[in-house]
Amino acid sequence: MSLSIDDVKRIARLARIRVSEAEALDYQDKLNGIFGLIEAMQAVDTAGVTPMAHGQEVFQRLREDRAFEPDRREAFQAVAPQVEAGLYLVPKVIE
Amino acid sequence: MNDTIKHLSELLASGQASSVELCQEFLARIARHNPKFNAFISIDPDLTLAEARTADTRRANGNAGVLTGVPVAHKDIFCTEGWLTTCGSRMLSNFVAPYDAHVIEQFKAAGMPCLGKTNMDEFAMGSSNETSFYGPVKNPWDTDRVPGGSSGGSAAAVAARLTPAATGTDTGGSIRQPAALTGITGLKPTYGVVSRYGMIAFASSLDQGGPMARTAEDCALLLNVMAGFDARDSTSLERAKEDYGRDLMKPLTGLKIGLPREFFGEGLTGDTAKAVEAAIARYRSLGAETVEVGLPNSSLSVAAYYVLAPAEASSNLSRFDGVRYGYRTPEYTDLLDMYEKSRAEGFGAEVKRRIMIGTYVLSHGYYDAYYIQAQKLRRLIADDFAAAFRQCDVILGPTAPTTAFRIGEKADDPVQMYLSDIYTIAVNLAGLPGMSLPCGFDAQGLPIGMQLIGNYFDEARMLNVAHQYQLATDWHTKAPAL
Repeated sequence: MSLSIDDVKRIARLARIRVSEAEALDYQDKLNGIFGLIEAMQAVDTAGVTPMAHGQEVFQRLREDRAFEPDRREAFQAVAPQVEAGLYLVPKVIE
Repeated sequence: MNDTIKHLSELLASGQASSVELCQEFLARIARHNPKFNAFISIDPDLTLAEARTADTRRANGNAGVLTGVPVAHKDIFCTEGWLTTCGSRMLSNFVAPYDAHVIEQFKAAGMPCLGKTNMDEFAMGSSNETSFYGPVKNPWDTDRVPGGSSGGSAAAVAARLTPAATGTDTGGSIRQPAALTGITGLKPTYGVVSRYGMIAFASSLDQGGPMARTAEDCALLLNVMAGFDARDSTSLERAKEDYGRDLMKPLTGLKIGLPREFFGEGLTGDTAKAVEAAIARYRSLGAETVEVGLPNSSLSVAAYYVLAPAEASSNLSRFDGVRYGYRTPEYTDLLDMYEKSRAEGFGAEVKRRIMIGTYVLSHGYYDAYYIQAQKLRRLIADDFAAAFRQCDVILGPTAPTTAFRIGEKADDPVQMYLSDIYTIAVNLAGLPGMSLPCGFDAQGLPIGMQLIGNYFDEARMLNVAHQYQLATDWHTKAPAL
């Protein structure tokens, strides 16, 4: 497998990362090197093997459906780039 | 300054030193030597000394625990209320954490002042500490060389005796590999033993916090503080509190040490192989038996890891969009422009590469070929360990294929960099506990580490095996000349 320059640009767009033409070429080179390493996986026959997500066989815990966290909106919004009247500000998305 | 935290706690208990005095001494050492190593991102003597005074008051009131007053440094991945918490990234270069990670809460409850926040590879992605937005950390044994990563600042700070101990995190070797490259002792617990709450996420199914210190005995004391169930981490395991130091003094007679044949093959350089062989001989003289074991699928661990970890990272790091916290680009035309520029400018090259790999392997049409295949390999790797542990109590091998390499040597070649973790990654994939401890020096005087791997929840035995070695040898007492 080998990524084309268009693949790289498409991935960058999906990942919401702006890349210049020069950067795209560098990513193409390095990502293809990394995929060369990853491709070793494909040689293994894994038919019938159950995928493993975690080291332990654990189950999602359930808890009572009520709020446990205190309201700390001011503290959390103090680190935001732009807030007004308790709201996060972003560029206008609806005309 | 060559004191263990065990010894510092005795000085505090006997009244020979106060926490304020200890913190002042370490802060002076940091001020004097840190510029050479760049091991810390944030130092705040006022905050440290305020915590030290609280610890001294607590001791005066008779409410001190074993480690109350002993200072510790924290990897800058742990959210620490009131401290800048950057994760080594421009993206969080303005982020003063509004809350404490569970690990930090535990250290505060124990009364252990924070000496500062340590440098690290950006978002813990790296094996050399060169990807940090705050510049590379230098290895105190040779400042032209890397300290390993991603917990490179913690490792260098402990090695240079700028702090008696530090926290680290280990997703693919990020505690054990830098511990090996700087000649200290570091432990990654069984996945789920230490809460990930407030520990900035890289690859959630692999990330695990753990202690880095001079000795196994100190690691046991620190793990007693760090471990514990926390409902805010959905993968935290509900287990009774245990004393990880309870078995330190057990003799090793009859212990079965597994030696994976895959860890002693080609790729292991002469001095590292020799030092690990000598450690094995030492264990035999302490009464342990050795048995050869096989981990046939471990050679695929790096490949599987570089699918799973980037996939999880691409999802975890999607939260950094310049809206709720972190960096926002100064100029933008619309929302998409703001997202794309903020992320392009806020993240470094290695982080962006991994986000892109993750985005690709999770994208439509590729999920089964990559993510599911990697999860199946993960199962095969874990099954190999399960079979090995039917033949032995603990597994031993090298921690890293080489000693510390030169700054810049692998910086432009991600694949070569990834292979630094060839012996450590399989342990994360299986979710097992592992540790690294010093076992010698190479011809250039650089430290060599050996790795111990335990069965699930067998940290106490692993620490026993490490401690008995440290009673019989003095590698762990060696410190670099500053």
